[in-house]
Amino acid sequence: MIKPTPSIFKITKTHLSLLEKLSNANGISGDEGEIRKIIRQEIAPHVDEIKVDAMGNLLAVKHAGVKNPVKMLVASHMDEVGFMLVSDEGDGLFAFEVVGGIDDRQLLSKTIAVGKEKIPGVIGSKPIHLLEDGEANSVVRTQSMRIDVGPANASRVKPGEYAAFATRMNHFGSTITGKALDDRLGVASLIELVRHVPANVEFLAAFTVQEEIGLRGARVAAYSFEPDFAFALDSTPAIDLPRPDGEENTQYNCKLGAGPAIYLADAGTLSDPRLVRFLTSLAEKNKIPYQYRQPGGGGTDAGSLHKTGGGIPTVSVSIPGRYAHTAIMMATIPDWENTLRLMIAAVQNISLDLLKVDRS
Amino acid sequence: MTDITPFLRSLLDLPGISGFEKPAAEIIAKEWQPLVDEITTSPLGSLHGLRKASGGGKAPRIMIATHMDAIGMMVTKIDNGLLRFTHIGGVDPRILPGQAVIVHGQRELPGIVQLIPDRLLDSHSAGNAPDYKFLFVDIGLPEKEVLKLVQPGDLISFAQKSFEMDGGYIAGHSLDNRASVAALTICLQELRNTELAWDVYAVATIKEETAGIGALTSAFTIRPDIAVSIDVTFAKGPGSNDYRSFPLGKGLSIGIGANIHPVLVDAFTRLAREMDLPYGMEMMARSSGTDSMMIQVTAEGIPNMVLGIPIRYMHTSAELVSVNDIYRTGRLLARFISQLKSDSAQTLFEKYAND
Repeated sequence: MIKPTPSIFKITKTHLSLLEKLSNANGISGDEGEIRKIIRQEIAPHVDEIKVDAMGNLLAVKHAGVKNPVKMLVASHMDEVGFMLVSDEGDGLFAFEVVGGIDDRQLLSKTIAVGKEKIPGVIGSKPIHLLEDGEANSVVRTQSMRIDVGPANASRVKPGEYAAFATRMNHFGSTITGKALDDRLGVASLIELVRHVPANVEFLAAFTVQEEIGLRGARVAAYSFEPDFAFALDSTPAIDLPRPDGEENTQYNCKLGAGPAIYLADAGTLSDPRLVRFLTSLAEKNKIPYQYRQPGGGGTDAGSLHKTGGGIPTVSVSIPGRYAHTAIMMATIPDWENTLRLMIAAVQNISLDLLKVDRS
Repeated sequence: MTDITPFLRSLLDLPGISGFEKPAAEIIAKEWQPLVDEITTSPLGSLHGLRKASGGGKAPRIMIATHMDAIGMMVTKIDNGLLRFTHIGGVDPRILPGQAVIVHGQRELPGIVQLIPDRLLDSHSAGNAPDYKFLFVDIGLPEKEVLKLVQPGDLISFAQKSFEMDGGYIAGHSLDNRASVAALTICLQELRNTELAWDVYAVATIKEETAGIGALTSAFTIRPDIAVSIDVTFAKGPGSNDYRSFPLGKGLSIGIGANIHPVLVDAFTRLAREMDLPYGMEMMARSSGTDSMMIQVTAEGIPNMVLGIPIRYMHTSAELVSVNDIYRTGRLLARFISQLKSDSAQTLFEKYAND
């Protein structure tokens, strides 16, 4: 059988409808069950083992067909930023806390789905007519906002329940919009990736929990498996917007449409240089566009993975996305496709020989 | 009674921004067609539905004004493929980051409103409350395409679809004032088999959110003996808990104040009590902030009433109403109209004039 070359891989309607299912499902950090269920169903026919660990990580293994295989781990986080109801204030109104990093300024007048039953609600905003002098200049803080599920549904939800943005995914032309594309794009990619594993690779797909609140799931996911290499497959912000002062934007992080963003350094990780070179040379050989994610703050599951056990050579690859951690993100099909092409090339070419290469 | 929810929800999902009300007008006209004797459109676009007094001939006139226009936004400039914009009517820019919108360009284009990220701003602007200066719409297309499809002046409406909550609550944008259009529709339905002594003008006005132009011009054309404006009012909820607000789903508001004829305040409150309809008095000490401000001073002056339907989160992409309050408002108005006699205007206002 001839292996399809990575550059031939295409995002199809099937991939888009899987992403839509994943994006529309809710999995706030600590409550990833709905996402786990979708993943299990999708990958079961393509892997040899599936287990859920004590934290809720879904770990799927595709065994190698050879002795002394390369052990490769790819992690994508299942969780998304969202909310937890913390206090019932009566009449359908609930105080809430944010789970994960969401700017307060992103919350007013957004529709919300509460709990497993997805009870519809809204984060209401004070009528503009009632604002006091100067009030429009102040940022409304989460503490003074309420999720409103309507008076009649007050008894159907309770503090302790999670809530998510109620956004539905949409795609038009090559653009995708929706919530939680960080990191359902990674999850959908990893689901695809398990289908492309060659016989010489022992492949561990780690669908992790609680990335958004401190890379917690990834910390334990890699522990039992002791992989030779780890890859964090995530989505990173494209801040490629014009500066209002007309100066050149030199802090764009990454650019939408410029292909997979390969990490060199972030707040938690210095990528293994051998893996960075491995990825860039594969991209060039296969004519896959790629970009370096600007070194800087932020982080991915790599921050936990690379220091697990005795240490794991690790790199992050991210699909660019605008407006992460808001009600509605934007990404592109070509970026997703090219990221998958690169990762397919990686799984098909990964080799223990890489460990023999000089690190510097 | 006909279920008003499907009609209201179809109205809520339309743009019909001030000055560009046609999408709303079309669907209202269709709904009113079987309920009135004739429908006309004013030179500026207000919709006039006339239900003639029984028996024909010259009859006194009552006009019910509900504005059909909605708040929204308009493109001002295309900047590196992103759209800069301004507001039409009062839109608090702080509700806009992360809002899904539709840009009405050469075709309907889905877009996202966002805020310029702090890292691209100077230290004085970073972290500030969202302001139009730093907001833009991203329609996810290359600049070349954007320039072909969008130009300054194109409208931007909220993409948020209406939805229902249990217990007869409906959320959506433009409940201000499509909730009142629904109440007026209920009124017309209630009157369908009722003998009428007065001509009833059901009016869906334009441009209330910007200037009240529709109310002014329609009142001039119709010259009613009595006018009633229905508009939304503040429901109790976050940020809205003082005397200006009314409990959601617990009845309508009846206005009192300088825009409103005192005789009509008496008549409507008495009637509401007779019908056992819950209501609250809405204090409009100087101005009602509704179409009635314009109607009152039209031609030689017109006696006015203002009824209010409480909604939460007025002028946002997700306002919230109780459909019960809409029915109550429609029924109260229908009863008032059905009890009017051909000499009611004289009886009502004569004593006031001579007191």
